[in-house]
Amino acid sequence: MTLIVVLILLFPLLGFLVLGLGFRNIPAKVTSILGPGTILISFILSILTFFNFTISPSHHFTISLFHHLTTSPVHELFSWISVGDLQIPFGLLIDPLSILMLLIVTGVGFIIHVYSIGYMKNDPGYNRFFAYMNLFVFSMLLLVMGSNYPVMFIGWEGVGLCSYLLIGFWFKNHEYNNAAKKAFIMNRIGDLGFLLGMFLLFTTFHSLNFQEIFAGAKSMEPGNVTLMAITLLLFVGAVGKSAQIPLYTWLPDAMAGPTPVSALIHAATMVTAGVYMVARSNILYALSPTTMAIMGITGLATTLFAASIAIFQNDIKKILAYSTISQLGYMFLALSVGAFTGAMFHLTTHAFFKALLFLAAGSMIHALGGEQDIRKMGGLSKKLPISRLTFLAGVLAIAGIPPLSGFFSKDEILLKSFEFGHFIWFIAVIGSLMTAFYMFRLFYLTFSKDFRGTEDQKHHLHESPAVMTIPLITLAVLSILGGLLNIPAIFGGNSSLEAFLSPVFTDAGAILEHQTPLTPSTGWILMGITLAGVLVMILWAYQRYVKQDKGLLPDEASRSVIITLISKKYFVDEIYNLIVVKPVLWISQFLHRFVELRFIDRMVDGVGQIVVRTGNTLRFIQTGNVGFYMFIMVLGIILILFFNILI
Amino acid sequence: MLTILLLLLPLVLSLIILLFKDERSIRTVALTGALVEFGIGIAAFIQYKTSCHCNLLFSADWLSTLGVSLKFGMDGISLLLVAMTTFLLPVIILASFNHSYTRPAAFYSLVLFLEMALVGVFTAFDGLMFYIFWELALIPAWFICAVWGGDDRIRITFKFFIYTFAGSLLMLVALIYLYFRTPLPHSFDFQWLYAVKLSPVEQIWIFLAFFVAFAIKIPVFPFHTWQPDTYTTSPATGSMLLAGIMLKMGIYGMIRWMIPICHQTLQQWGSIAVILAITGIVYASLIALRQDDLKRLVAWSSIAHMGLITAGVLILSQKATTGAVIQMVSHGINIVGLFIVIDFIEHRTKTRSIAELGGIATRAPRLAIFFMIILLASIALPLTNGFVGEFLLLLGLFENNTVFAAIAGLTMIFGAVYMLWMYQRTMLGKTNELTGAIPDLTRTEMATLIPLVVLIFWIGLYPSFFLDIVLPDVQQILRFMR
Repeated sequence: MTLIVVLILLFPLLGFLVLGLGFRNIPAKVTSILGPGTILISFILSILTFFNFTISPSHHFTISLFHHLTTSPVHELFSWISVGDLQIPFGLLIDPLSILMLLIVTGVGFIIHVYSIGYMKNDPGYNRFFAYMNLFVFSMLLLVMGSNYPVMFIGWEGVGLCSYLLIGFWFKNHEYNNAAKKAFIMNRIGDLGFLLGMFLLFTTFHSLNFQEIFAGAKSMEPGNVTLMAITLLLFVGAVGKSAQIPLYTWLPDAMAGPTPVSALIHAATMVTAGVYMVARSNILYALSPTTMAIMGITGLATTLFAASIAIFQNDIKKILAYSTISQLGYMFLALSVGAFTGAMFHLTTHAFFKALLFLAAGSMIHALGGEQDIRKMGGLSKKLPISRLTFLAGVLAIAGIPPLSGFFSKDEILLKSFEFGHFIWFIAVIGSLMTAFYMFRLFYLTFSKDFRGTEDQKHHLHESPAVMTIPLITLAVLSILGGLLNIPAIFGGNSSLEAFLSPVFTDAGAILEHQTPLTPSTGWILMGITLAGVLVMILWAYQRYVKQDKGLLPDEASRSVIITLISKKYFVDEIYNLIVVKPVLWISQFLHRFVELRFIDRMVDGVGQIVVRTGNTLRFIQTGNVGFYMFIMVLGIILILFFNILI
Repeated sequence: MLTILLLLLPLVLSLIILLFKDERSIRTVALTGALVEFGIGIAAFIQYKTSCHCNLLFSADWLSTLGVSLKFGMDGISLLLVAMTTFLLPVIILASFNHSYTRPAAFYSLVLFLEMALVGVFTAFDGLMFYIFWELALIPAWFICAVWGGDDRIRITFKFFIYTFAGSLLMLVALIYLYFRTPLPHSFDFQWLYAVKLSPVEQIWIFLAFFVAFAIKIPVFPFHTWQPDTYTTSPATGSMLLAGIMLKMGIYGMIRWMIPICHQTLQQWGSIAVILAITGIVYASLIALRQDDLKRLVAWSSIAHMGLITAGVLILSQKATTGAVIQMVSHGINIVGLFIVIDFIEHRTKTRSIAELGGIATRAPRLAIFFMIILLASIALPLTNGFVGEFLLLLGLFENNTVFAAIAGLTMIFGAVYMLWMYQRTMLGKTNELTGAIPDLTRTEMATLIPLVVLIFWIGLYPSFFLDIVLPDVQQILRFMR
């Protein structure tokens, strides 16, 4: 078992090393096999792990910490850092939660790798691209498999690095490089929070291993201040990685990377790391109601904020980026109301449909020779039928139309938040109405009506090759059927994902168990309201963008103040620039020019000069006149006597 | 025996090399000699790891009437620093082959002499010996910078010399004072000096003398003003020796002498010194943000890194001190790597100004990859050597004082900002007239950088190997804490 677990991790690393070290000498054909191949092997091994885990009863272990485990889910490979009482093993944890993530990362990762064969064809950095992608999958796997916070942190920073490398993949463009740097630095701000959270965990529990920490936490009181501090610090890390307010501005810029990167890293996997981390630490969070409240507010605010920006964007990838931020907000909302399974379920379906949306968008961008402005698209249905159908599946899924996957996962979050508070539910529903609106706006502006681009582009319009469309179709199927993973009882399902993940979440569930579950009839009503709203939104979008031809205003066109504010993304980047970047640079200048050169350095030189001057002065004392020396001596004796009397 | 061999070999070599005339054979002798020395270093390492933890002691009487003895030895801390020194020297010498220094015999003789002095500092178990080697190291370092340096070198190196020399005189005063407090017959033996019982006031004065001496060397804010100029004006080899190895003398001195002797003062007043060190982290990081000269930027980053190490040493924590030793080695590797990369860039483009560079990755992808790896190590990415030390240092600080750790932790963010900015402006973007036709790394150049990268990942992946060597002796030094 340990061997398989290690191999899952090792293959992508191997792929990275081979492609990275021989980057000039490996022909593209070999790369096309090697790059996706390593991920495929990891995927197959992950499936093996999954079956091994579910079928054989001897492996039916839980994280339940009251009992000693017969088979440990933790595979410790070697001692990584050990100093005195600090013992950090390089350990991997295989439990339902990590298995779910393994399957998503390797499964969706493999599909996106295959798609990249077509998308990145003819790029001079073909091998480099696959090397980075393999390294990313390795880091992401380490993140989800780590059996303690530091090993998770290796992956956590590793995916940040890969994100940096891939956003700035076309490194001749300084704007892309700036976007990459911004992503890394904003992530690092969050990472400092994560690091301090780890330190506080260590001083509290004297361990950094999940098992020991969670076992220790269970005996603590809900509302414990230390736990609140820990969870808040870790949440700062999640805010950075998962692009929540206030650290979200790097994600839209990250769209500078090649589209498969946006699909894999900035939609399906890396940005969900924060959600995974909170779900992993569920017990800590369940015991910290204040943190949960802050997380809920952050999530909800991010959902609405990002969704409102998405409505007025015209870059197809930016719309999807804001939509990702908004959906991640949903996941944090779910976590904050204790719907850990709901968050993981939405994470899963979101990985399917958002990856699909990005890849389909990539297919369009590809067909249009790099054009990303939806005002210059339109009428793509005829030439791109597969892209259109698959994109539509993604749009329907994210909008929450039954029986597509997004419907089930979003509905679960909405119902849980209704249990928690009606107002929360109401806001969350508004968010999902906005989602439906901007997604259909996007869909109509790109596919309906006539083509609005140049004649040249029109001639080149083509459907993507099979190596790109087959991944699209696969993801479309997953987006449609993904809901089957967790059909709730209300539809006669048995919530299989919930059952699968329950060992991880039981303890937290027991702590949070105080709401009365909804009656089925309330559930039906709420569902009906949401669905009706969504349909209205779709119709409205149809009315505006198909019937009335709106939404094609150029950037310069005059708009009302509020719409200008939103379409300029609330000027958040500008504000950050003004209150953070500029002052820091100014302080830097001030410290160097003034404090360093005018003050400290001068003082040091001054001391030196004083010594020289004193020497110059003192040499006059050495007169060689014995009488003078006698005089000084007597004077000295008198002074000493005088001081003796005084003291 | 190995200890004394490590000490004598570079000394003998530094004399022999003066007999040679042509550059080729001088280089060969220097490199071979340094490699043999490294071999002995490894032998000492293996002996220590496998057979004995016996301090590899060598002791002989010298000026026995004065209580001075030739006592040299290595505990885990010394061993690691000696290993680092002997490892870095061949790398630095190999990197220097890009330059054709005038009077090469003198140059490499001084380099080897410096190695001898450094080994002496790290192995002296006698107070006066420590002082003698400490000063002996300054002389070749000063000559290297003053003779082969760049613009304005006389003024800058004069300041460097006087400043550090003044500091070390304070240390000498402290050592002599302690010597006279040892029981008759007086002795400079470190065990005797450790055993001296000082009154609190005496201890404060001794502490101040030691602290200023070491703080200037490291350098700790606000004693750092000699450093950026000196690093910038030194020849590439000089910067590497200074930043990579020499400044560790200060931290080493703190661990070996200041902590055991002045720990009561440190426990009481240490936080003031810690605040200085932490101020330095933020101060130097902020200044590094806007430097245009590559060497100067790295010099400032070094002040920030050393600030963290110093803070970790001053709080008397087992984790932080262990982390400090590991971080000294890592910092040595990383900063030598950075200076080598900068030297390669300057060698190709004749400039170190960030504003004039750009697009090098297009022309020299190998150089870009090595640069990236070393850069990631110096911003402490996990699985590189920089992370292990920084993690332990910050964790130690956190256990001591959460606010200190939070402020010191800013180095994680600032480090990323200035390092990535530097990388972007030099390596990425479009090429220009200066960078448009530069060649990628040669084989020799690759051979220079590969050992560094191997160690970056070795320490990052399996630090236990090194931590196990250091920890027992750190516990030994901090035994008063229990």
